[in-house]
Amino acid sequence: MHATQSDLDARTAEIVKQYQSLEGPLLPILNALQAEFGYVPKSVLPDVAAALNISRAEIHGVVSFYHDYRDHPAGEHVIKVCRAEACQAAGGEAMSARLLSLLGIDWHGTTANGKVTVEPAYCLGLCACAPALFVDGAPIGRVSADRVDILVAEVAS
Amino acid sequence: MGLIKEIDFGTPASTSETMVTLMVDGREITVPEGTSVMRASMDAGIAIPKLCATDMVDAFGSCRLCMVEIEGMRGTPASCTTPVRDGMVVTTQNGKLKKLRRGVMELYISDHPLDCLTCAANGDCELQDMAGAVGLRDVRYGYDGANHVKPTVPNLRGAATAQPQYIPAADAATEACGEAHNPLFMSKDESNPYFTYDPSKCIACSRCVRACEEVQGTFALTMEGRGFESRISAGMGEDFLNSECVSCGACVQACPTATLQEKSVIEIGQPEHSVVTTCAYCGVGCSFKAEMRGEELVRMVPYKDGKANRGHSCVKGRFAYGYASHSDRILKPMIREKITDPWQEVSWEEALTYTAQKFRQLQADHGRASIGGITSSRCTNEETYLVQKLIRSGFGNNNVDTCARVCHSPTGYGLKTTFGTSAGTQDFDSVEHTDVVIVIGANPTDGHPVFGSRLKKRLRQGAKLIVIDPRRIDLVKTPHVEAAYHLPLMPGTNVAVLTAIAHVIVTEGLADEAFIRERCDWDEFADWAEFVADPKHSPEATALLTNVPADDLRAAARLFATGGNGAIYYGLGVTEHSQGSTTVMAIANLAMATGNIGRKGVGVNPLRGQNNVQGACDMGSFPHELPGYRHVSDADTRAIFEGIWGTKIDDEPGLRIPNMLDAAVEGTFKGIYIQGEDILQSDPDTKHVAAGLAAMECVVVHDLFLNETANYAHVFLPGSTFLEKDGTFTNAERRINRVRKVMTPKNGYADWEVTLNLANAMGCGWTYSHPSEIMDEIAATTPSFSGVNYAMLEERGSIQWPCNEAKPDGSPIMHVDGFVRGKGKFIRTEYVATDERTGPRFPLLLTTGRILSQYNVGAQTRRTANVAWHAEDLLEIHPHDAENRGIRDGDFVKLASRSGETTLRATVTDRVAPGVIYTTFHHPETQANVITTDYSDWATNCPEYKVTAVQVSLSNGQTDWQRDYQAQADLSRRILPRVEAAE
Repeated sequence: MHATQSDLDARTAEIVKQYQSLEGPLLPILNALQAEFGYVPKSVLPDVAAALNISRAEIHGVVSFYHDYRDHPAGEHVIKVCRAEACQAAGGEAMSARLLSLLGIDWHGTTANGKVTVEPAYCLGLCACAPALFVDGAPIGRVSADRVDILVAEVAS
Repeated sequence: MGLIKEIDFGTPASTSETMVTLMVDGREITVPEGTSVMRASMDAGIAIPKLCATDMVDAFGSCRLCMVEIEGMRGTPASCTTPVRDGMVVTTQNGKLKKLRRGVMELYISDHPLDCLTCAANGDCELQDMAGAVGLRDVRYGYDGANHVKPTVPNLRGAATAQPQYIPAADAATEACGEAHNPLFMSKDESNPYFTYDPSKCIACSRCVRACEEVQGTFALTMEGRGFESRISAGMGEDFLNSECVSCGACVQACPTATLQEKSVIEIGQPEHSVVTTCAYCGVGCSFKAEMRGEELVRMVPYKDGKANRGHSCVKGRFAYGYASHSDRILKPMIREKITDPWQEVSWEEALTYTAQKFRQLQADHGRASIGGITSSRCTNEETYLVQKLIRSGFGNNNVDTCARVCHSPTGYGLKTTFGTSAGTQDFDSVEHTDVVIVIGANPTDGHPVFGSRLKKRLRQGAKLIVIDPRRIDLVKTPHVEAAYHLPLMPGTNVAVLTAIAHVIVTEGLADEAFIRERCDWDEFADWAEFVADPKHSPEATALLTNVPADDLRAAARLFATGGNGAIYYGLGVTEHSQGSTTVMAIANLAMATGNIGRKGVGVNPLRGQNNVQGACDMGSFPHELPGYRHVSDADTRAIFEGIWGTKIDDEPGLRIPNMLDAAVEGTFKGIYIQGEDILQSDPDTKHVAAGLAAMECVVVHDLFLNETANYAHVFLPGSTFLEKDGTFTNAERRINRVRKVMTPKNGYADWEVTLNLANAMGCGWTYSHPSEIMDEIAATTPSFSGVNYAMLEERGSIQWPCNEAKPDGSPIMHVDGFVRGKGKFIRTEYVATDERTGPRFPLLLTTGRILSQYNVGAQTRRTANVAWHAEDLLEIHPHDAENRGIRDGDFVKLASRSGETTLRATVTDRVAPGVIYTTFHHPETQANVITTDYSDWATNCPEYKVTAVQVSLSNGQTDWQRDYQAQADLSRRILPRVEAAE
């Protein structure tokens, strides 16, 4: 299911057209590209820059600034684990260590079967129910060791 | 004579006229509103420590070193981003600030190499200076933590994924087992021929990024990543050479450390003295500090006090001076009997005596008018003045011409006719006040890059742009700049387009009647208005021949007439046509009709090509004009010069370059002295030029290199570079800038001395001992220069002519209170199609232009590392035309016209419209002028370079002409060393 460069270009052109008239269209476009492709392909950035009449360097500066933008496709499911203070205080580090070892990957890694990618996040705004994480954008709070096991069983196979 | 250290005020000057008074460290300071606290302090001589601030770019507030305390404000605000307020009380130094600044510096230095003694910036490093200024004595954090400095880090526990920055130093010491690559370390980027990028020395101040954006306007750099991983990146993380970087040097100049460093400084070391001089490339006339160590040029640094460039530069002026010491330079005079002989090196005396005898003999045999000369727009005013003086008083005729013949002679004619002065109306600063700009037949970002950057800056501030050009030049769309209208006309239809714009302005009632009634002749206007209002001049009627959509043209005309201050900038795409002079007058008509003359932000602005083409024209280089554009038939003017020169001046105009060549072929013109111009390569119809030169008996070439013209020369006099002489250049804004000698002429004599010695060998008896004496003579004879002298230039830096009793401070803007000629003159501009037409054999139109990294015929830039960007001329062709001919990108193609044919490589692009092709003319191998025709401007003979009907086809090698010419050139360049006379 690899998209060819011309597929990427065509879809990018549509996305750019959709958001171009916004004030400050760049981030909405990049978000939409990542939502569409699962990552922000470097190969489409020159076209986006040209459409917005900014330089390639500027768009590179923005994309590289945000850790959220991936330069390659992620796994089928993306887990974002909070590593900020409140979650750490509530056992977040142990929870994430368990998660990573069960999946057999490190931060930013993807499981060999391509099912799961785990990324760190610094505060998901869920401090009241720490430790917390997102699974494909859905928040899960009070993630105990049991819950990690259930989660892994659900997403990794 | 020491090193000139310009004061860095930290933030740009405020232009406000409202003044604000504040106290800094107990001193009362009054500055314009909007000034930063940092700049206000520096104004009073108080230098607040800083790293990310520099006065070429806006304040950024990232380094946190320039903190101050301000009464009534919380904390310690950054002085760069805090504007002054009336009554403010600022403290720049106390115990708290000292401690804070040291803390900041400790953090910087903990991630910076400590190789100061071997660092290229040693002696010119702001980081080092600031460490000294804040009294840094210790770095509590040590140097072993996470860093960008060391190529390797200790490899811990063999873990490939270890994140070294989070591992305590103690662990590292005990558990290290070998070394691993430091992921934060990046090796040096040495791809650019002139400077290096060393990421390990970067303090992430963003000065380079901001200079690229705000000063140069290219936006080639960015800050990649975030936090500790931040680093400078060219393009999308590629090396500098392969990014959009245009190598203007603004980033290098802005860099406070050795991160971006000139290779010449790395190689030579820091300079010890500097001399302010003027760039010898284009007509912008940028001021530079030539930074020297002894007689070795270390680097050229743009001078902030330079009024044309305001501290900016381009790749040519900043870096491309290597030709001055290139091994191709000829340093010994040479003569030969026939052009098929090898050159024989001789002494200066022998060469000059030989030349003088030859010239006198030719005049004796063939008449006084059988010889002539060409002045150089590359040389100084003083040198040009001397050459025309030699011809007028020494040769006794007016057979003098100059390269302006082939570039801006229509400007001289057109503007003199309409306004009364053969020059542009504005200074470059004027662009900062303009609201609507028409750029026609010019490509400022390549041809006049520093002005291009100043224009782009104004466009980013909101001014509107109309581009009239067959080709989609960069200005049409480049990051953060987009033309409101691009009118892609067919080459050769300028007059039709401009008249159609006038038609819209007149018929829609958009003309500025009050201005016209006050400043112009109303009856002439009415006559012109009637002419342009004719429906046959409407955009709809002319669209068929111009290819410009009528709606776009109407909208552009309305924008120009109603959008505020309107300025027109133009170049050779206007003048180098059979209707060049008509086009210049059509531009003048438009400016007058819309009231856009005589104040800031408006005007008619020819972008002059050569560094001193304005000066060469001012100095009487044309066969019909004495210095100051006064006709040779004017007895009063002749009397002034005859009085000082002590010789009679011919009252008949002499021959123009094309006439000299024609006369040579006919056998009546026998000898020529050519200073600093390569007519074989630069003039149209190369084969005709070659025939003319070959028919002469004494061709004297005075140049740096054995140029193409020298293949037909009998005497070669080595020239000197702008670094080796004193004098003045006059730029496109009529600004007279000093050129200062920074080294001894490698060839022995400055060019003015060579002309002087030649004149004296011919018996003229001249006695100048310094160019200042020549300028005094110019001032004494030429009213528009009467107030100019070297003492005044020394004091003021530069002056714009006219500078005389009426205008002692010079004239930044012309025609302020009225036109020089009295009333502005409207002239009917009937479009007449050129005789050069496309047809079945030659269906495409060729137009020509320049590229940023190369300069004109390339004699200089081809002998520098600039060839990294443009090693050969390329033919731009539209995909449609390419496909019809089976041409793919990079194919070798034959380009043929009615005049001749040549070969070069094609590049397929939609920058040009179908039916139009484009090439540059920088390389002698291409000889684009073999193709161009001998059609020329009806008024001035300026060649029609910009329109040639051609055909393009695939080719597999050079043409016969290219091969024959190369063989002849190789033969012609043989040199025999001088035989020393026996003692």
